[in-house]
Amino acid sequence: MGQIKLLQGNEACAEGALYAGCTFFGGYPITPSTEVAEYLSRRLPLIGGVFIQMEDEIAAMAAVIGGSLTGCKALTATSGPGFSLKQENMGFAMLTEVPCVIVNVMRGGPSTGVPTGPGQSDIMQCRWGTHGDHPVICLTPAYVQEIFSETVRAFNLSEKYRTPVTIAIDEVIAHMRERIEIPDPGVLPLINRTKPTCPPSEYLPYDDSKGDIPPMANFFEGYRYHVTGLNHGTDGFPVNASPRIHTDELRLMRKVEANKAEIIKYEEYLLKDADVAIFAYGISGRSAKTAVEAARKEGIKAGLFRPLTIWPFPEEQIADLSGHVKGIVVPELSLGQIIFEVDRCAKGRCKLEGIYRVDGDPINPAQILAKVKEVM
Amino acid sequence: MAFDYDQYIRGGKLPHIWCPGCTYGIVFKSILRVVDTLKLNRDDIAMVSGIGCASRLPGYVDFNTLHTTHGRALPFATGLKLAKPDKHVLVVSGDGDATAIGGNHFIHACRRNIDITVLVFNNFIYGMTGGQHSPTTPSGHLASTMPYGNVDPSFNIPELAKGAGASFVARGTAYHAAGLDKLISGAMQHKGLSVVEIINACPTTHGRRNKFKSPTDMLLWMKDTFLPAVAFDKLPPEKTAGKFPMGVLFKKEGAPEYCETYYGLVERLKKQREGRA
Repeated sequence: MGQIKLLQGNEACAEGALYAGCTFFGGYPITPSTEVAEYLSRRLPLIGGVFIQMEDEIAAMAAVIGGSLTGCKALTATSGPGFSLKQENMGFAMLTEVPCVIVNVMRGGPSTGVPTGPGQSDIMQCRWGTHGDHPVICLTPAYVQEIFSETVRAFNLSEKYRTPVTIAIDEVIAHMRERIEIPDPGVLPLINRTKPTCPPSEYLPYDDSKGDIPPMANFFEGYRYHVTGLNHGTDGFPVNASPRIHTDELRLMRKVEANKAEIIKYEEYLLKDADVAIFAYGISGRSAKTAVEAARKEGIKAGLFRPLTIWPFPEEQIADLSGHVKGIVVPELSLGQIIFEVDRCAKGRCKLEGIYRVDGDPINPAQILAKVKEVM
Repeated sequence: MAFDYDQYIRGGKLPHIWCPGCTYGIVFKSILRVVDTLKLNRDDIAMVSGIGCASRLPGYVDFNTLHTTHGRALPFATGLKLAKPDKHVLVVSGDGDATAIGGNHFIHACRRNIDITVLVFNNFIYGMTGGQHSPTTPSGHLASTMPYGNVDPSFNIPELAKGAGASFVARGTAYHAAGLDKLISGAMQHKGLSVVEIINACPTTHGRRNKFKSPTDMLLWMKDTFLPAVAFDKLPPEKTAGKFPMGVLFKKEGAPEYCETYYGLVERLKKQREGRA
């Protein structure tokens, strides 16, 4: 039997990180994510881990990558403007394949926007934020319990695929308090990065001959290798204008693309016989679930598709869904972002309606129900 | 017997990218001599850099090496050091990397007095991108983005480091190579944040625009311009115009070092818990 607690979403995220074995947090204060840092500033020193508040968001991301290179599971937490600042170093971690987890508690934007209100308008930034082509894993839990378990999963995916993983939540669920159960140690499986077994003299840090995810040596453990943000060869040293760049970038993408079946996770609620589907995540997914229940009471066959992995996008699932329903409703706290992904996958096979809201309040079930009726 | 540099250089990684006449090779060799003299285990050394000509140095040396994003070497290095406080972390950076885009990180690393050695290769210019003015380009000098002469005031790097809280601050030059060994060695042995500003020459993008006829002229300029701090301090003010002191310019022993303070806290909390148990 685990521990029962009443926790805020941000606190559950911190607990999830500790459960996953996180021993390094680098952060910078920003609303509405600061409680993740505050919670870990109390807890990490108690277990001999590192907590450091850096001079800015960029530095926090850099310190986290440094910590991870020594073998720590490392976390940072931020929100819109800070997430923008972290993008360059997130790209560095993607290209150099250094595992780390980034929490983005989404608020309204652009610019300073609505720091204390929820938003979902960073969702394309979560996909395309850093420059260049890059693989992305981004998770979107909707409940405090789920924030805990998805944080554990984020670390597992990050360690397994050697890539940064973003957890995108919104201000409502970050600050909402709910009862959660923290499982006993060992109940949720934990994954640690694969280390090399060859002698250091034979170690090639980016050797892809035995698979797309090369083993990762920690700094200071006898494998003296080079890590660079320049495109590099299997030995880690820069290469310029080489066919290797093309094949290696394809490999980085393939780490995620070829493992979508394992990475993509979602909840389907009353979808089997649904005439209308709602595609929604985070707090909008919770409102949508209430709307589905209300619709069913009125005899309307509505159902919910709620992604817990938003990137990579559940393309096949949405393509399939679009062939079985009259329409899909997409409520989101933006002026229309994720609906374009749904549209890309539905390819006109069903009606598509968005509900957009950016006034600092969540979308309520009544709004969604009304749109469901329109689509019917 | 001549010093064997090859033992610390990664096989097949030379020639380096630096231009003929660049003085970075002199500093490169000095670092290797110091590492050898201090008998450091190379598994225990991390060399971290940002972006620029100086930042390519880690690729050549047989340590744990990390070539990061522009200006961010110090926060990456802070992550390494804080996670592994018993290891040696050395940052190499240029004037633009350390004091422009990385200026905030530079002053905060100094403030924390974390046990990292920062070698700032000051060649007064952005060399890799073709000679744009940096925060240390002398007033009036020509640069590709100061075609009428530099109007930006410049930083004094040792004063900046000292003011921000670094506990070891030194300045050397590529011309005074033997003295450089002592300064880098002193910095690496010092507990706390140590900064060595190393005056370098970029004949390609700075010298040729500013009336230095050859790389040798730039080295001779260093010889005439930088005086040992002891001698500099004895000169009357009218004779110090256009001159700068070099050597160890500031050293404070016993200032709290960041990792010691942090892990001291961890120990204290542990004892408190054991006391309660």
